[in-house]
Amino acid sequence: MSKKKRPAAEINAGSMADIAFLLLIFFLVTTTIDTDKGIAIKLPPMPEEDQPQDDLKLKERNVLKILVNSNNQLLADGELITIKELKRKTKDFIDNPAKDPTLAETPQKAVISLKNDRGTSYNTYIQVHNELKAAYNELRNTMAMGKYGKAYNKLNADQTLEIQDYYRQVISEAEPENIGGAQ
Amino acid sequence: MAKFRKDGGKPQPAINTSSLPDIVFMLLFFFMVTTVMRQTDLKVKVVVPQATEIQKLEKKSLVSYIYIGAPTESMKAQFGTAPRIQLNDAYASPKQIPEFIEKERAARSEAEVPFLTTSLKCDQEAKMGLVTDVKQELRRVNALKINYSSSLRTEVY
Repeated sequence: MSKKKRPAAEINAGSMADIAFLLLIFFLVTTTIDTDKGIAIKLPPMPEEDQPQDDLKLKERNVLKILVNSNNQLLADGELITIKELKRKTKDFIDNPAKDPTLAETPQKAVISLKNDRGTSYNTYIQVHNELKAAYNELRNTMAMGKYGKAYNKLNADQTLEIQDYYRQVISEAEPENIGGAQ
Repeated sequence: MAKFRKDGGKPQPAINTSSLPDIVFMLLFFFMVTTVMRQTDLKVKVVVPQATEIQKLEKKSLVSYIYIGAPTESMKAQFGTAPRIQLNDAYASPKQIPEFIEKERAARSEAEVPFLTTSLKCDQEAKMGLVTDVKQELRRVNALKINYSSSLRTEVY
Protein backbone atom coordinates (compact mmCIF):
# COMPACT_ATOMS: atom_id res chain seq x y z
CA MET A 1 0.00 0.00 0.00
CA SER A 2 1.61 3.09 -1.04
CA LYS A 3 0.14 6.42 -0.45
CA LYS A 4 0.67 9.38 -2.51
CA LYS A 5 1.92 12.11 -0.32
CA ARG A 6 0.20 15.37 -0.83
CA PRO A 7 1.14 18.58 0.85
CA ALA A 8 -1.31 19.32 3.66
CA ALA A 9 -3.99 21.66 2.42
CA GLU A 10 -3.99 25.06 4.08
CA ILE A 11 -7.16 25.81 5.96
CA ASN A 12 -8.46 29.12 4.94
CA ALA A 13 -8.67 31.16 8.11
CA GLY A 14 -10.01 34.23 6.46
CA SER A 15 -13.53 33.68 7.74
CA MET A 16 -12.35 33.12 11.30
CA ALA A 17 -12.75 36.78 12.08
CA ASP A 18 -16.31 36.75 10.78
CA ILE A 19 -17.24 33.76 12.93
CA ALA A 20 -15.66 35.31 15.96
CA PHE A 21 -17.41 38.59 15.32
CA LEU A 22 -20.71 36.82 15.06
CA LEU A 23 -20.18 35.13 18.41
CA LEU A 24 -18.92 38.36 19.91
CA ILE A 25 -22.03 40.22 18.84
CA PHE A 26 -24.21 37.46 20.24
CA PHE A 27 -22.58 37.75 23.64
CA LEU A 28 -22.62 41.52 23.52
CA VAL A 29 -26.34 41.44 22.93
CA THR A 30 -27.16 38.81 25.53
CA THR A 31 -24.98 40.25 28.27
CA THR A 32 -27.12 42.11 30.72
CA ILE A 33 -25.10 44.06 33.15
CA ASP A 34 -28.03 44.56 35.42
CA THR A 35 -26.95 46.09 38.64
CA ASP A 36 -29.04 44.98 41.51
CA LYS A 37 -30.09 47.92 43.58
CA GLY A 38 -32.21 48.27 46.62
CA ILE A 39 -32.63 49.34 50.20
CA ALA A 40 -30.09 47.61 52.41
CA ILE A 41 -31.35 46.59 55.83
CA LYS A 42 -29.81 44.64 58.62
CA LEU A 43 -32.27 42.47 60.45
CA PRO A 44 -32.04 42.17 64.21
CA PRO A 45 -30.94 38.75 65.41
CA MET A 46 -33.65 36.39 66.54
CA PRO A 47 -34.27 36.84 70.27
CA GLU A 48 -33.23 33.92 72.42
CA GLU A 49 -36.05 31.78 73.73
CA ASP A 50 -35.40 32.52 77.38
CA GLN A 51 -34.53 36.17 76.90
CA PRO A 52 -37.09 38.56 78.35
CA GLN A 53 -38.79 40.47 75.59
CA ASP A 54 -38.87 43.98 76.97
CA ASP A 55 -35.63 44.33 78.82
CA LEU A 56 -35.07 47.91 77.84
CA LYS A 57 -37.49 50.66 78.59
CA LEU A 58 -37.36 53.78 76.50
CA LYS A 59 -38.83 57.10 77.33
CA GLU A 60 -42.04 57.75 75.51
CA ARG A 61 -40.72 60.93 73.91
CA ASN A 62 -37.70 59.20 72.41
CA VAL A 63 -39.72 56.75 70.38
CA LEU A 64 -41.49 57.57 67.16
CA LYS A 65 -44.14 54.92 66.77
CA ILE A 66 -45.15 54.26 63.21
CA LEU A 67 -48.03 51.94 62.54
CA VAL A 68 -49.14 50.84 59.11
CA ASN A 69 -52.45 49.07 58.79
CA SER A 70 -53.76 46.75 56.12
CA ASN A 71 -55.30 49.67 54.24
CA ASN A 72 -51.80 51.13 53.93
CA GLN A 73 -52.65 54.03 56.23
CA LEU A 74 -49.93 55.50 58.37
CA LEU A 75 -50.16 56.43 62.01
CA ALA A 76 -47.15 58.27 63.41
CA ASP A 77 -47.30 58.90 67.15
CA GLY A 78 -51.07 58.64 67.05
CA GLU A 79 -51.51 60.97 64.14
CA LEU A 80 -52.82 59.92 60.75
CA ILE A 81 -50.36 61.11 58.11
CA THR A 82 -49.47 60.42 54.50
CA ILE A 83 -46.21 59.00 53.17
CA LYS A 84 -45.27 62.43 51.90
CA GLU A 85 -45.39 63.93 55.39
CA LEU A 86 -43.38 61.15 56.96
CA LYS A 87 -39.92 62.47 56.14
CA ARG A 88 -40.68 65.92 57.52
CA LYS A 89 -42.11 64.41 60.69
CA THR A 90 -39.20 62.03 61.15
CA LYS A 91 -36.66 64.79 60.71
CA ASP A 92 -38.45 66.97 63.22
CA PHE A 93 -38.62 64.10 65.64
CA ILE A 94 -34.92 63.21 65.41
CA ASP A 95 -33.46 66.67 65.33
CA ASN A 96 -36.05 68.43 67.46
CA PRO A 97 -34.80 71.93 66.68
CA ALA A 98 -37.59 73.59 68.69
CA LYS A 99 -36.79 71.44 71.77
CA ASP A 100 -40.32 70.20 71.85
CA PRO A 101 -40.76 68.12 75.03
CA THR A 102 -42.76 65.50 73.14
CA LEU A 103 -40.01 64.79 70.60
CA ALA A 104 -36.62 63.11 70.98
CA GLU A 105 -34.23 64.49 73.60
CA THR A 106 -31.16 64.08 71.41
CA PRO A 107 -30.69 62.51 67.98
CA GLN A 108 -28.71 59.70 69.61
CA LYS A 109 -31.60 58.71 71.81
CA ALA A 110 -34.15 58.72 69.02
CA VAL A 111 -35.62 55.37 68.12
CA ILE A 112 -38.09 54.72 65.39
CA SER A 113 -40.44 51.88 66.00
CA LEU A 114 -42.09 50.47 62.93
CA LYS A 115 -45.00 48.13 63.11
CA ASN A 116 -46.94 46.85 60.18
CA ASP A 117 -49.83 44.58 59.63
CA ARG A 118 -49.69 41.32 57.71
CA GLY A 119 -52.04 42.88 55.20
CA THR A 120 -49.88 45.93 54.53
CA SER A 121 -48.70 46.04 50.95
CA TYR A 122 -45.00 45.57 50.36
CA ASN A 123 -44.86 48.78 48.36
CA THR A 124 -46.09 50.84 51.33
CA TYR A 125 -43.59 49.15 53.60
CA ILE A 126 -40.73 50.02 51.23
CA GLN A 127 -41.96 53.60 50.91
CA VAL A 128 -41.96 53.95 54.71
CA HIS A 129 -38.46 52.52 54.95
CA ASN A 130 -37.37 54.76 52.13
CA GLU A 131 -38.70 57.90 53.79
CA LEU A 132 -37.09 57.00 57.12
CA LYS A 133 -33.79 56.43 55.40
CA ALA A 134 -34.20 59.64 53.43
CA ALA A 135 -34.80 61.55 56.67
CA TYR A 136 -31.57 60.23 58.17
CA ASN A 137 -29.62 60.80 54.98
CA GLU A 138 -30.82 64.38 54.77
CA LEU A 139 -29.95 65.12 58.38
CA ARG A 140 -26.52 63.58 57.93
CA ASN A 141 -25.98 65.51 54.76
CA THR A 142 -26.95 68.79 56.40
CA MET A 143 -24.55 68.13 59.24
CA ALA A 144 -21.75 67.17 56.85
CA MET A 145 -22.31 70.32 54.85
CA GLY A 146 -22.34 72.52 57.94
CA LYS A 147 -19.33 70.94 59.57
CA TYR A 148 -17.05 69.98 56.73
CA GLY A 149 -18.56 71.77 53.75
CA LYS A 150 -18.83 68.51 51.87
CA ALA A 151 -21.63 66.12 51.04
CA TYR A 152 -22.02 63.18 53.40
CA ASN A 153 -20.91 60.60 50.87
CA LYS A 154 -17.75 62.61 50.08
CA LEU A 155 -16.40 62.53 53.63
CA ASN A 156 -13.53 60.38 54.79
CA ALA A 157 -14.06 57.34 56.99
CA ASP A 158 -13.56 59.13 60.32
CA GLN A 159 -15.90 61.95 59.49
CA THR A 160 -18.51 59.53 58.20
CA LEU A 161 -18.28 57.56 61.40
CA GLU A 162 -18.64 60.68 63.50
CA ILE A 163 -21.80 61.74 61.73
CA GLN A 164 -23.13 58.22 61.72
CA ASP A 165 -22.65 58.18 65.43
CA TYR A 166 -24.42 61.49 65.87
CA TYR A 167 -27.42 60.48 63.80
CA ARG A 168 -27.61 56.85 64.74
CA GLN A 169 -30.18 55.15 62.65
CA VAL A 170 -32.22 52.97 64.93
CA ILE A 171 -35.27 51.48 63.31
CA SER A 172 -36.82 48.87 65.44
CA GLU A 173 -39.30 46.60 63.78
CA ALA A 174 -41.79 44.97 66.04
CA GLU A 175 -42.05 41.23 66.24
CA PRO A 176 -44.82 40.36 63.82
CA GLU A 177 -48.36 40.37 65.07
CA ASN A 178 -51.70 41.33 63.73
CA ILE A 179 -52.59 44.91 64.33
CA GLY A 180 -56.06 45.47 63.13
CA GLY A 181 -57.72 44.68 59.86
CA ALA A 182 -55.69 41.63 58.88
CA GLN A 183 -57.18 39.48 56.18
CA MET B 1 9.33 70.52 -2.26
CA ALA B 2 8.86 68.20 -5.12
CA LYS B 3 12.20 66.86 -4.15
CA PHE B 4 10.66 64.74 -1.48
CA ARG B 5 8.07 63.14 -3.66
CA LYS B 6 9.27 59.95 -5.10
CA ASP B 7 7.59 59.09 -8.26
CA GLY B 8 6.72 55.51 -8.85
CA GLY B 9 7.30 54.51 -5.24
CA LYS B 10 6.19 51.19 -3.85
CA PRO B 11 2.46 50.78 -3.43
CA GLN B 12 1.19 51.07 0.16
CA PRO B 13 1.41 47.63 1.75
CA ALA B 14 -1.93 46.23 2.85
CA ILE B 15 -2.53 46.34 6.56
CA ASN B 16 -1.86 42.95 8.02
CA THR B 17 -5.14 41.70 9.43
CA SER B 18 -3.96 38.29 10.48
CA SER B 19 -4.09 39.25 14.14
CA LEU B 20 -7.66 40.44 13.88
CA PRO B 21 -9.17 37.06 14.78
CA ASP B 22 -6.97 36.97 17.86
CA ILE B 23 -8.17 40.35 19.00
CA VAL B 24 -11.78 39.46 18.36
CA PHE B 25 -11.39 36.14 20.15
CA MET B 26 -9.92 37.89 23.12
CA LEU B 27 -12.95 40.17 23.29
CA LEU B 28 -15.18 37.18 22.77
CA PHE B 29 -13.66 35.30 25.67
CA PHE B 30 -13.94 38.34 27.87
CA PHE B 31 -17.65 38.58 27.21
CA MET B 32 -18.14 34.84 27.52
CA VAL B 33 -16.53 34.87 30.93
CA THR B 34 -18.32 37.92 32.23
CA THR B 35 -21.74 36.99 30.90
CA VAL B 36 -23.96 35.60 33.57
CA MET B 37 -26.84 33.82 32.02
CA ARG B 38 -29.89 33.98 34.20
CA GLN B 39 -29.92 30.63 35.93
CA THR B 40 -33.41 30.80 37.26
CA ASP B 41 -36.55 30.95 35.24
CA LEU B 42 -38.86 33.35 36.92
CA LYS B 43 -42.12 31.69 37.79
CA VAL B 44 -43.44 34.70 39.62
CA LYS B 45 -44.17 38.13 38.31
CA VAL B 46 -42.01 40.66 40.07
CA VAL B 47 -42.33 44.40 39.71
CA VAL B 48 -40.08 45.83 42.37
CA PRO B 49 -41.16 48.99 44.17
CA GLN B 50 -39.53 52.32 43.47
CA ALA B 51 -37.43 54.12 46.02
CA THR B 52 -34.97 56.98 46.19
CA GLU B 53 -32.51 55.87 48.87
CA ILE B 54 -31.14 52.86 47.10
CA GLN B 55 -27.68 51.35 47.17
CA LYS B 56 -25.92 49.10 44.73
CA LEU B 57 -25.21 45.54 45.69
CA GLU B 58 -21.49 45.17 45.44
CA LYS B 59 -20.50 41.56 45.06
CA LYS B 60 -22.85 39.65 42.87
CA SER B 61 -21.33 36.31 43.75
CA LEU B 62 -22.27 36.88 47.37
CA VAL B 63 -25.93 37.50 46.77
CA SER B 64 -28.70 34.96 46.97
CA TYR B 65 -32.10 35.79 45.63
CA ILE B 66 -35.56 35.18 46.96
CA TYR B 67 -38.42 36.05 44.66
CA ILE B 68 -41.89 36.83 45.89
CA GLY B 69 -44.83 37.57 43.67
CA ALA B 70 -47.93 36.25 42.01
CA PRO B 71 -47.46 33.29 39.64
CA THR B 72 -46.90 34.21 36.01
CA GLU B 73 -49.67 33.95 33.43
CA SER B 74 -48.73 30.43 32.37
CA MET B 75 -48.66 29.21 35.95
CA LYS B 76 -51.89 30.84 37.05
CA ALA B 77 -54.12 27.98 36.03
CA GLN B 78 -52.20 25.59 38.22
CA PHE B 79 -51.16 27.73 41.15
CA GLY B 80 -53.71 30.50 41.38
CA THR B 81 -52.99 34.18 41.82
CA ALA B 82 -51.90 34.45 45.45
CA PRO B 83 -48.28 35.63 45.82
CA ARG B 84 -45.75 32.87 46.28
CA ILE B 85 -42.10 32.47 47.12
CA GLN B 86 -39.66 31.21 44.55
CA LEU B 87 -36.30 29.76 45.51
CA ASN B 88 -34.02 28.70 42.68
CA ASP B 89 -36.33 27.15 40.14
CA ALA B 90 -39.35 26.16 42.14
CA TYR B 91 -42.06 27.52 44.34
CA ALA B 92 -41.29 27.11 47.99
CA SER B 93 -42.80 27.63 51.38
CA PRO B 94 -41.13 29.83 54.02
CA LYS B 95 -40.10 26.66 55.83
CA GLN B 96 -37.70 25.83 53.00
CA ILE B 97 -35.73 29.04 53.37
CA PRO B 98 -33.32 27.84 56.09
CA GLU B 99 -32.38 24.91 53.88
CA PHE B 100 -31.90 27.23 50.91
CA ILE B 101 -29.66 29.56 52.92
CA GLU B 102 -27.61 26.62 54.19
CA LYS B 103 -27.06 25.47 50.62
CA GLU B 104 -26.04 28.97 49.57
CA ARG B 105 -23.57 29.09 52.44
CA ALA B 106 -22.14 25.67 51.67
CA ALA B 107 -21.45 26.80 48.11
CA ARG B 108 -19.21 29.62 49.32
CA SER B 109 -15.97 29.55 51.21
CA GLU B 110 -16.21 30.01 54.93
CA ALA B 111 -14.59 33.44 54.85
CA GLU B 112 -17.29 34.73 52.54
CA VAL B 113 -20.26 33.54 54.56
CA PRO B 114 -20.54 36.64 56.81
CA PHE B 115 -20.78 38.83 53.73
CA LEU B 116 -23.61 36.91 52.12
CA THR B 117 -26.53 39.15 51.32
CA THR B 118 -30.03 38.04 50.59
CA SER B 119 -31.78 40.07 47.98
CA LEU B 120 -35.53 40.05 48.33
CA LYS B 121 -37.09 40.64 44.96
CA CYS B 122 -40.66 41.17 45.95
CA ASP B 123 -43.53 42.37 43.89
CA GLN B 124 -44.92 45.65 45.10
CA GLU B 125 -48.38 44.16 45.24
CA ALA B 126 -47.30 41.45 47.66
CA LYS B 127 -48.56 41.58 51.21
CA MET B 128 -46.27 42.02 54.18
CA GLY B 129 -47.53 38.81 55.80
CA LEU B 130 -45.57 36.65 53.40
CA VAL B 131 -42.55 38.96 53.47
CA THR B 132 -42.58 38.93 57.26
CA ASP B 133 -42.59 35.13 57.25
CA VAL B 134 -39.55 35.16 54.98
CA LYS B 135 -37.81 37.71 57.20
CA GLN B 136 -38.49 35.62 60.29
CA GLU B 137 -37.00 32.53 58.63
CA LEU B 138 -33.94 34.53 57.59
CA ARG B 139 -33.49 35.75 61.14
CA ARG B 140 -33.79 32.21 62.40
CA VAL B 141 -30.80 31.12 60.33
CA ASN B 142 -28.94 34.33 61.07
CA ALA B 143 -28.94 35.62 57.51
CA LEU B 144 -29.36 39.20 58.63
CA LYS B 145 -27.98 41.17 55.71
CA ILE B 146 -30.85 41.73 53.38
CA ASN B 147 -31.59 44.02 50.53
CA TYR B 148 -35.06 45.00 49.40
CA SER B 149 -34.62 45.17 45.67
CA SER B 150 -36.04 48.41 44.30
CA SER B 151 -35.68 50.53 41.24
CA LEU B 152 -34.76 54.18 41.27
CA ARG B 153 -37.45 56.79 41.56
CA THR B 154 -36.40 60.26 40.55
CA GLU B 155 -39.29 62.10 42.14
CA VAL B 156 -38.57 62.88 45.78
CA TYR B 157 -41.36 63.53 48.24
